[in-house]
Amino acid sequence: MSARAVTDVTFDQEVINNEKTVLVDFWAEWCGPCRAVSPILDQIASENADKLDIVKLNVDDFPALAAKYQITSIPAMKVFQKGEVVKTVIGAKPKVALEKDLAAYLA
Amino acid sequence: MRQIIIIGSGPAGFTAAIYAARANLKPLLIASSVEAGGELMNTTEVENYPGFPDGIQGPELMSKMQEQAERFGTEVVYDDVTELELSGDTKTITLGSGEKHEALSVIFATGSAYRKLGLDDEERLSGRGVSWCATCDGFFFKEKTIAVIGGGDSAMEEATFLTRFASKVYVVHRKDTLRASKIMQERAFANPKIEFLWNSQVVGITGTDAVDGLVLRNTVSGDETLLPLGGIFVAIGNDPRTHLVHTKLDLTPEGTIAVAGRSSKTSQTGVFAAGDVIDPTYRQAVTAAASGTVAALDAEHYLASLPENLLASAGEPALA
Repeated sequence: MSARAVTDVTFDQEVINNEKTVLVDFWAEWCGPCRAVSPILDQIASENADKLDIVKLNVDDFPALAAKYQITSIPAMKVFQKGEVVKTVIGAKPKVALEKDLAAYLA
Repeated sequence: MRQIIIIGSGPAGFTAAIYAARANLKPLLIASSVEAGGELMNTTEVENYPGFPDGIQGPELMSKMQEQAERFGTEVVYDDVTELELSGDTKTITLGSGEKHEALSVIFATGSAYRKLGLDDEERLSGRGVSWCATCDGFFFKEKTIAVIGGGDSAMEEATFLTRFASKVYVVHRKDTLRASKIMQERAFANPKIEFLWNSQVVGITGTDAVDGLVLRNTVSGDETLLPLGGIFVAIGNDPRTHLVHTKLDLTPEGTIAVAGRSSKTSQTGVFAAGDVIDPTYRQAVTAAASGTVAALDAEHYLASLPENLLASAGEPALA
């Protein structure tokens, strides 16, 4: 299962009101490191589908949401629980490093 | 066991791969999981690589190099090296996945990493207005006042690029002259959105949740001033990426991997190094590519000097 795209319309339903823990990957087409980390997030998503939802938000298409969450560097990966940001990871990292950063939400 | 493994996927790594593959050495190239393609992946227009009179985008240049290396039989793996065993005739490389690969020779071309300012608040505000990648993050500084720190080509390139978004870009430099090439300097000087702050050393970054200013010390008068702004891009140079081999290969006083003369030979037999990781001075795409060539030719020569039985063991590429 790969990460699905969210929009300003589906953000509340998919992220804010999601019962599960959700990681939102703020990304853009022109960002090389975003493209590099994307398949790694897809892997983490499929390996942890029962614990964590992973969704992608295109900052070009939805700048208001990017501004709301004070995104100034991408890729920015924000973990949401009950509508609140509980963890932020900035920058593309190897799978092992990302799993370490996200360990609390993958257990 | 393989004849050769190349670590790194910038111009040095891929050029070494092109030469090694054309010598029928069937190289395995470890490209890294998230930094494949190296530093050029985060640049825009490359105007000084020969053969592209109209310039070429950094990522496109890297994808062409990879295509060329693969055309002659290079195998590319998108993973990171976590461990290296370089002594002895057989070198062993462990990847993030846990996979192990063996080879008779290794070319180390891991390039360099962005240098940090080394200030207390830099880490805390990283991703909150402190950035190392203008092409990734410039977009978020529309109509803002920002600063680029540094005086080299990459600082000039970033400052010029960032004027597409920012309303004003300060270039903060410790000295009163630039290290950047003339053409990059002139482009920055001519840009009405760019202002230079000379003899200015960054001594602090301010802001609670996000960057709101820089504390600058004038290197001549010693005066400290606060410059309010919305973001900073750090372009003060790079450090060779040697953490995997700190205790395994000799390094130079500059921190690069030591090589013998104009060759790529490191302190370990059968281990060669190329590109930014051995070069404290020039660090261009084209010099890295040339250095990759030297390493591939040195490795080829080394492999040819090995006894038959060793070479026979590397006949077929296979997992260790």
